[in-house]
Amino acid sequence: MSSAKFTAKSTGLWEFVNRYAMVILAVLLLAVIPLSLGIFRLGLAAKYLSFGFCAVGIVLIWGYGGILSLGQGVFFGLGSYMMAMFLKLEAASNADSSSSTALSAFFGQAGLPDFMSWNSVEKLPWWWEPFHHIWFTIPAIVILPAALAFVLAYANFRKRVGPVYFSIITLALSGIMAIMIIGQQGYTGGINGITDFKTFLGIDLDLDNAKVVMYYVTAGLLLLSVFIGRFILKSRLGKVLVAIRDREDRVRFSGYDPAMFKAFIFAVAAVFSSIGGAMFTMQVGLASPSLVGIVPSIEMVIYAAVGGRLSLVGAVYGTLVVSYAKTFFSENFVQYWLYFIGALFVIVVMFLPGGLASLMDKFRSGKKQVENLKSPVGKKLESETQ
Amino acid sequence: MSTEILSVSDLTVSFDGFKAVDNLNLFVEKDELRCVIGPNGAGKTTLLDMICGKTKPSGGSIKFKGEELTKSTEYKITRAGVGRKFQTPSVYEDLSVWENLELSYPKKRDIFGSLFFKTTDEIKQRVNQVAADMYLKDELDTKAGTLSHGQKQWLEIGMLLMQEPELLLLDEPVAGMSARERDLTAELLNRISKGRSIILIEHDMEFVRKIAHRVTVLHQGKVLSEGSMDQVQNDPKVIETYLGL
Repeated sequence: MSSAKFTAKSTGLWEFVNRYAMVILAVLLLAVIPLSLGIFRLGLAAKYLSFGFCAVGIVLIWGYGGILSLGQGVFFGLGSYMMAMFLKLEAASNADSSSSTALSAFFGQAGLPDFMSWNSVEKLPWWWEPFHHIWFTIPAIVILPAALAFVLAYANFRKRVGPVYFSIITLALSGIMAIMIIGQQGYTGGINGITDFKTFLGIDLDLDNAKVVMYYVTAGLLLLSVFIGRFILKSRLGKVLVAIRDREDRVRFSGYDPAMFKAFIFAVAAVFSSIGGAMFTMQVGLASPSLVGIVPSIEMVIYAAVGGRLSLVGAVYGTLVVSYAKTFFSENFVQYWLYFIGALFVIVVMFLPGGLASLMDKFRSGKKQVENLKSPVGKKLESETQ
Repeated sequence: MSTEILSVSDLTVSFDGFKAVDNLNLFVEKDELRCVIGPNGAGKTTLLDMICGKTKPSGGSIKFKGEELTKSTEYKITRAGVGRKFQTPSVYEDLSVWENLELSYPKKRDIFGSLFFKTTDEIKQRVNQVAADMYLKDELDTKAGTLSHGQKQWLEIGMLLMQEPELLLLDEPVAGMSARERDLTAELLNRISKGRSIILIEHDMEFVRKIAHRVTVLHQGKVLSEGSMDQVQNDPKVIETYLGL
């Protein structure tokens, strides 16, 4: 029968897509996108991919850990600001790099970021000092958010704070973070954020070559994050997470401490977000309070929801799709674009709760329903984690 | 008396002034299969909840192998060797039978241990053995959520066996089972009680008669009677409570 042949063939195709999802993503990110886009569009893609880190983290904590965080912007912001502090200090110490630094040098405040001079801050705050050094900045971008996230999550989960309350806490946290940054203008640049830096370790970030390299670094790190996420989900720890998500009380009687596991995965997601933030700042040349608040934090959840909250690879596609949609809508419907994003979210949640990634499962299950009834769960989980 | 594995003394818990368990004393010996019976609200499940750490007592002490449990937490008590089976089957429904059993393997239960956990041949053997014991050999790849009620009960007992507890707390393990499943479970319990102590809560007297070594009757949070099944059944206090004479 030709139809049977067709079925077998297309099932094979979906099976293939499923099995090599990670490879396909790598080819897309490392070959298709950089080779087909001009330098401006490539920069845009790199910017979007920076947010992909947050979405991958959200898949881990929300899809598998059952923790809906509405505060990933906090960790994105931490990474973003730490990188900005380093770049700003480099710019400030190099008086030729911008006119405003030359100005503060003229007033005898060489080495001080320009916005500090404007705000009558005369001495660099002590907590800015270590960010003179790259060997401090890069580990700090990884360790600081991890420590903060772990302590916050463990303290809450040990006291058995419920998922909804924890969501509210993270939401409040992102609000507080934005308010704090805006309020402490002299130390953080306030509402304008930190900007006007052009070099990283002496390399001009505006050069086309630098941009291409930064794109590849971002894409590479993002693939690494997806890979680490997959490793975690395939390990016993991943199974424990699923068990906690579905029956946290029971997990204690299997001898596991759920608070510890939830805090761990929350910290991993925080590190991903922070790395994304740092890459964002390097490429866009800006750290801004508008990227740490409640709205961007919720947008990150939308990326993961649209991509599919059980799919690490899906999260990256979700980020790209929503980000491009956002750019398209905001260019063409200046006043209404937020409504379109909201509508997209509602449509996905109502009609495709598994996100884009579940479209593929739909195709597959339509083709081989009988097999699926007996399909091993391990296999299914594997496909979901890809 | 050094064969005692569990000693509960003067255990009390009150919920809003109501004493669910009231100055209760209970001693379980090594390798003993103890049945706890009693009317609804007698405090049977609450007693198990306190032993395994789910409920904190307001007074008294629970010693397991000489160690005080009342100040400990659930996962530590589990690691010390106490296994708990709940009244309604609680298995990890989104995981397969195999994964449920493997997850219960009592080693590498910290973050990094579980991150780099390897399924060794020994573990594979254990999982297969337990699955065979639990009549679940053909269901290893099935999602636990799709098992029948009785199978879920067996799976949960199997998960407990994987943990190798020295003390097993079973809360109505045959509730909702068919007659055939009950017989199989009785046989199962007799088999797995070797080398470990079991406290079992049950309503079905026929089932209790089949397996119990000793029986404790609870009533209003206190021990009403204790002894062999025959002793307990002929105790006038028990007859009074059960038949309201």
